Amino acid sequence: MQTPGAGGGLTAVLRNRFLLRLLVRKEIRVRYRGSVLGLLWSYLKPLLQFSVYYVALGIFLNLQGTTENYAVYLFSGIVLINFFTEAFGNATRSIVENRDLIKKIYLPRELFPMSAVWVSAVHFFPQVLVLGGACLIVGWRPDVLQLFLVLVGFLIVACLATGLGLLFGAVNVYFRDAENLVDMILMVVTWASPVLYSWNLVSDALGPWFFLYQLNPMTVAVELFHYGFWVPTLDAASAGPALMPDILAVWVPTAAVVSVLILLLGQFVFRRLSANFAQEL
Amino acid sequence: MPTDAIVATGLQKRFVLRHTRSLKEAFVWFVRGRHGDLVQKFNALDDISFTVRSGETVALLGLNGSGKSTLLKLISGVLQPDAGVIRTRGHLAGLIEVGAGFHHDLSGRENVYLNGAILGMSQRDIEERFASIVEFAEIGEFIDTEVKFYSSGMYLRLAFSIAVHTDPDIFLVDEILAVGDEPFQRKCLAKIRELAAAGKTLIVVSHDLDLVSSVCERGILLENGRLVKDGEVSSVVSELRQRARDH
Repeated sequence: MQTPGAGGGLTAVLRNRFLLRLLVRKEIRVRYRGSVLGLLWSYLKPLLQFSVYYVALGIFLNLQGTTENYAVYLFSGIVLINFFTEAFGNATRSIVENRDLIKKIYLPRELFPMSAVWVSAVHFFPQVLVLGGACLIVGWRPDVLQLFLVLVGFLIVACLATGLGLLFGAVNVYFRDAENLVDMILMVVTWASPVLYSWNLVSDALGPWFFLYQLNPMTVAVELFHYGFWVPTLDAASAGPALMPDILAVWVPTAAVVSVLILLLGQFVFRRLSANFAQEL
Repeated sequence: MPTDAIVATGLQKRFVLRHTRSLKEAFVWFVRGRHGDLVQKFNALDDISFTVRSGETVALLGLNGSGKSTLLKLISGVLQPDAGVIRTRGHLAGLIEVGAGFHHDLSGRENVYLNGAILGMSQRDIEERFASIVEFAEIGEFIDTEVKFYSSGMYLRLAFSIAVHTDPDIFLVDEILAVGDEPFQRKCLAKIRELAAAGKTLIVVSHDLDLVSSVCERGILLENGRLVKDGEVSSVVSELRQRARDH
């Protein structure tokens, strides 16, 4: 015999892949219902965001004078930040938004944050295509290692967003303050990793405390995207500002460990709190 | 010998009367040394124990607020007991608030897949039973219309049809028998009787006492969260009628 409602955590989501797929499809269908441009919106928004940053920072503040191919540098960071922002934000709200279902039918509740992250990944891939196209125009020649590291960067962010989404999504059921807290975190995150500027500036300013900045998995993931998309577009002669020292040997493994630990923490808290979701919602 | 389908021992469920929603209040309560309860609680269910054999048909009876729906939610796993243990055997599905998993902007077909998967059907189950689901629901050509354009009857018929096609071992039914017009109600009832005859375990919550005594063999009477009578359905129904008069 089994105990009803004793979920298997994230492994239960794996057993319910069919339902996960349907939830993701529903989310995408519903988001673009009655809209003429449909999925095209998920291209237009980052393009506008990119243009604004590029004009303001690249041209007005003349960052493209100091950073070669600044547009590619900027965009490869922005797409990753967009993925993280959407995944984390929507996963946080996913439990409260699905309250009608959670109060009536038992499902592994991890399905909702997971499908939110999945939907964000669906919106992320077209942006990567646009980025790849832009890179090709300026002479992109990546090697296999660089492409592999892009994948690693994506997985680090997916893992981090899922962990944080589970954590804050569960807390949000009890205290709706969590949503606002997450909005604030998301405001900071663009500036807490080298998206709009290069890491040297932070290193100069923080000195011995620079390791704190490097401990942020987003910093490492953004640098990996720079390594995969931006570095292969540079002339070999003018190597531009180099990547962070020791990034592959030290900081990528560190970021992977930090995101997995956050995922485990998120899952642990989620399971503890999810037992009472139905009565608290 | 039939096996046990549901075993409940000493179930207790406590609900909160007044919520403290703000982080500030909780923080103040915490730093002041957590004096007193942050919330007031009451017992929605207290010390409930019973065993349902596989293939039994059981009516959960009681006046409003006696804890019937809470008990059903403990059986389905939506709620977790604060004390006691509940165990179930086999696949379990509920006709609890039909259409909870429906999405208005999706077509009937998409909703059959989504809701079927929510109720635990695999892709193959749904594909195999799709024609039968549509036929039972009498939806016909409207299956590809968005459900927001459905009449309330069509909506309920489709939801009910999906639920009865999940083919569970234990079937939880909460006030479902108020679905649709009379011919469809008779059809639903016939389907539920068919499930009972096929040896499915049935747990029914309804205020229609004549109806539950015709569908169920056994009754469990709850009053203010306590189990007051458990026995043959007609004796439990008359006990409830007696208590309702004295109320």
